[in-house]
Amino acid sequence: MLHTWVIIPVSLAYLGVLFAIAYWGDQRADRGRSIIANPYIYSLSLGVYATAWTFYGSVGRAAADGVGFLPIYLGPTLMMALWWLVIRKIIRISKANRITSLADFISSRYGKSALLAGLVTIIAVIGVVPYIALQLKAISHSFTILAQYPDVVLPAQRVAPPVQADTAFWLALVLATFTILFGTRHLDASERHEGLVAAIAFESLVKLVAFLAVGVFVTWGIYHGLPDIFERAAAHAKLAPLLAPLGGPAGSYASWAWLTVLSMLAIMFLPRQFQIAVVENVNENHLGKAIWLFPLYMLAMNLFVVPVAFGGVLHFSGAGVDPDTFVLTLPMAEKQEALALLVFLGGLSAATGMVIVETIALSTMVCNDLVMPVLLRMKSMRLAERRNLTGLLLGIRRGAIVAVVLLGYLYFRLAGEAYALVAIGLISFAAVAQFAPATIGGIYWKGATRAGALAGLAAGFVVWLHTLLLPSFAKSGWLPIGYLQDGPFGIALLRPYALFGLEGLNDITHAMLWSMVANIGCYVAVSVLSRQSVAEQTQAARFVDVFRRTGGALDAHPWKGTASLPDLKALLARFLGPERAEAAVIDYAGRRGYGSPDDVPADAGLVHFAETELAGAIGGASARIMVASTVHEDALSVDEVRTMLDEASQVIAYSHELTQKSQALIAATNELRAANERLQELDRLKDDFISTVTHELRTPLTSIRAFSEILHDNPELDAAEREKFLTIVIQESERLTRLINQVLDLAKLESGRAEWQVARIDLKAVIEDSIVTTGQLFRARNVALESRLPADLPFVHADRDRVVQVLINLLSNAAKFVLADAGHVVVALSRRPGALRVDVIDNGPGIAAADQQVIFEKFRQAGDTMTEKPRGTGLGLPISRQIIEHLGGRLWVTSRPGKGATFSFELPVADAAAVAAAAATHRT
Amino acid sequence: MFRSAIKGQRLVVLFLFGLLLFNYPVLALFNRAAEAFGVPVVYAYIFCSWALLIGLLALVIERHR
Amino acid sequence: MGKKILIADDEPNIVVSLEFLMKQKGYEVRVVNDGEAALAAVGDFGPDLILLDVMMPRVSGYDVCQKIRENPAWQGIRIIMLSAKGRDIEVTRGMAVGADAYVTKPFSTKDLIDKVRTMLGE
Repeated sequence: MLHTWVIIPVSLAYLGVLFAIAYWGDQRADRGRSIIANPYIYSLSLGVYATAWTFYGSVGRAAADGVGFLPIYLGPTLMMALWWLVIRKIIRISKANRITSLADFISSRYGKSALLAGLVTIIAVIGVVPYIALQLKAISHSFTILAQYPDVVLPAQRVAPPVQADTAFWLALVLATFTILFGTRHLDASERHEGLVAAIAFESLVKLVAFLAVGVFVTWGIYHGLPDIFERAAAHAKLAPLLAPLGGPAGSYASWAWLTVLSMLAIMFLPRQFQIAVVENVNENHLGKAIWLFPLYMLAMNLFVVPVAFGGVLHFSGAGVDPDTFVLTLPMAEKQEALALLVFLGGLSAATGMVIVETIALSTMVCNDLVMPVLLRMKSMRLAERRNLTGLLLGIRRGAIVAVVLLGYLYFRLAGEAYALVAIGLISFAAVAQFAPATIGGIYWKGATRAGALAGLAAGFVVWLHTLLLPSFAKSGWLPIGYLQDGPFGIALLRPYALFGLEGLNDITHAMLWSMVANIGCYVAVSVLSRQSVAEQTQAARFVDVFRRTGGALDAHPWKGTASLPDLKALLARFLGPERAEAAVIDYAGRRGYGSPDDVPADAGLVHFAETELAGAIGGASARIMVASTVHEDALSVDEVRTMLDEASQVIAYSHELTQKSQALIAATNELRAANERLQELDRLKDDFISTVTHELRTPLTSIRAFSEILHDNPELDAAEREKFLTIVIQESERLTRLINQVLDLAKLESGRAEWQVARIDLKAVIEDSIVTTGQLFRARNVALESRLPADLPFVHADRDRVVQVLINLLSNAAKFVLADAGHVVVALSRRPGALRVDVIDNGPGIAAADQQVIFEKFRQAGDTMTEKPRGTGLGLPISRQIIEHLGGRLWVTSRPGKGATFSFELPVADAAAVAAAAATHRT
Repeated sequence: MFRSAIKGQRLVVLFLFGLLLFNYPVLALFNRAAEAFGVPVVYAYIFCSWALLIGLLALVIERHR
Repeated sequence: MGKKILIADDEPNIVVSLEFLMKQKGYEVRVVNDGEAALAAVGDFGPDLILLDVMMPRVSGYDVCQKIRENPAWQGIRIIMLSAKGRDIEVTRGMAVGADAYVTKPFSTKDLIDKVRTMLGE
């Protein structure tokens, strides 16, 4: 027998364990040795998503339609994949702004609007309090059933017991106490409750173990494994259609998809989920493990839902047992006393976890976003004159907790078995889904405005009321059923389940579709049409760019006015208590790098700090009001703030630009330096050239002048001497003329002003002519000149006189450099691919490798020019090379010192050269 | 930051993959009166692909730790 | 009379003219064509004055001049540098290594002779 005197002590003992865990967690947190600072506890605590509705209701739903409960867990699984992007951003923003509730988050984003915070709070309370009622009902219900053990007797449409005899009432009070003890121990800027989170994580474990135990017992204890259950189900008239239920009993694929979307939003926007995932988050890196651990938890939680449901239907076939109770009644029917008790505790933990966290989240909102703003505005309260408001604040918070829990209980008492309670799970989901556009839009879209958020939320909420909540009231008989059937005031177009005549969708799908159309539509449209205030612009940038900002210019609050440190400290002290205020200010001074708090300048940074600290305690909107009343603020015009923001972003843009420009500048500088070096080199070469030309001109001129003067001053010179001197004068004059001609020639060649007569010429004949011309030079030094000129070679395309000039230069060089009497020079003509080649080979001293390039430079000859007088003008080879290259060929030397030198050039044959020659002609 | 961005992109891809797995038309392919391992094929499919998705999430998260 | 003049230049025609001019004035003349020979001649010829070309093979006029000035025994030798290079920097360099005068080519024969005579104290 499981008498109530067994169940109640066990339940109380269980709650005692919870208290112990929470107490231990808080103690550890106070000592700085957090037990919840790990991703596993964080993931488990997210399991608060699974309430009594999951624990008992999933099986009921599976018994009816097979798979219809699954989107509620698949949606969150999918959403978890996006958490890395979305929730991480929300967490970052919340930590930076000390945001402690969803209402605070949305209101902060839109310029700390108290109105918006209030609206969010109201929607949350209306949407979620019935859900709390559902939990209370589940516990009371399961308690009643279990108390009948071993008989499986469902509670009839009973007359409600008097309140003082109602287990649900006492449970509500116990939960309120627990929540007050661990949820409002003190006012904390971060509003984190470590002990409580530890208790919630423990509860998640308990309900999972309990459900898995039932699942295993039903599947293998009552039946012979999964195939057995499904085999029997296939033979069961009611269950057979559920083996492939999609598009049939489980509804359309569209409703499946909408249910998925709905639960994707619920996992983020249910106040308890926001509380656990964002506010209670210790470290955003814990998200990583949670992204796969939490879905794994849900998978485990759902593994045995279908077997238990089908097993229950098969077991109680026709016995009139509510499928919602199968989890409890199957063990009872099988006389599994201990298991039944465990299941009861599992359901208890699912329900209490939800109630506790949801109550904390709602009470924070109610206190900070409904009560405080009103109190602060009421002059009669004279709040501004009270020195310490921490007590009042805690009182309000505690009051709000009791109020929320009792509201839940009240709704449970009123609704009883009504449809309005039974269907509340998904209706609640749909209510909190209305927060999605304003929140998600708010963190990615800077242009979204307060007016847009208000309009979207209000429109979505109204549509939700009309299409989901009020119809549930009508179905419960609290409103005339005509509201449902004929539409409000008999307007058929407004029928709640067929708004504007849209039929054929189930109620949730229909409501989601219309509420989202209204919500997103108004949000976007009004945002686009309205303008942001100063505060909104600032907050929009803070939220959207939270990852981008690393404490730059944008981090400073756009603020103008005068403040004083003592005033702000006093303000903090009133809400946080003197010790905490003092500690906070010292901490702030330390971070700003000031030794003493008294040195901290009362600037925008301090005001912002004070406001953020306060926001943790009383919410963003109230904090704004309080700070504004404490410091003297000059109103900032939109234009001023825009200027400030523009300046800040310009600074960033400039610094980017500056980096790029300075890189470009370095590159340009390097180029310039290189160009300058080249120019200097050219300048030096030109200088050298002029100096060298001058030198070369002066040398013959010296002889000419000297001998002219000698001849002039000495008329008595004898004829032979006179003759000798005159010859020198003539020789030197010729040398001078030659030099001048060559300099001019080179200048012409280099500037491209030389005249060219390019024609088909017979290179052999040209060589022979040149040999004749230089013949005297060779004979004079007794140097042998040999020519190897094959016949029948093609013509080349060239300027005859220029080629002769080159040949004479090469031949005379050879004649000059070989030893007199022993010299031997060969001129050879040969055919190359597309060209003819001329080699002038001598057996002179050769040219050192280092000099082989030098000799083609102007006035440079092999050897040291400082100490060796050139034997020629030093211009012959540079001119020759210019000529040959101009004619499309090349001129080069091969030599080894001591082994003679070979000067060679190639000229393209006439056909191949046609193009090059034409181009050359063109150029002249 | 860079690594985090890559991780984010991979998770978005998994999200889209999950949408594909758990919606029409892929889901409809398995919604038939057949069995796999003694379990109706639609249940087997949903739970298996659910587990697969969780495995992939874990893979993306736990790599590059 | 009988002062000795060393002519160091590698341009044959210039040498011929200088040799003619100096001999005409009754000086004893020795001709060399490069810097090495010039230094050797300073030792064994013992000139009173050197007409020193700057651009000579092997050892330049600057180096010859510097070497002579390094030897205390040769301090009395007057040196006139001759060069076709007339830029200030070259003149300065010539004076810096110890030349007594720097004459740029082409030169006036009369001026050169006057300069020689003055330097030899005539």
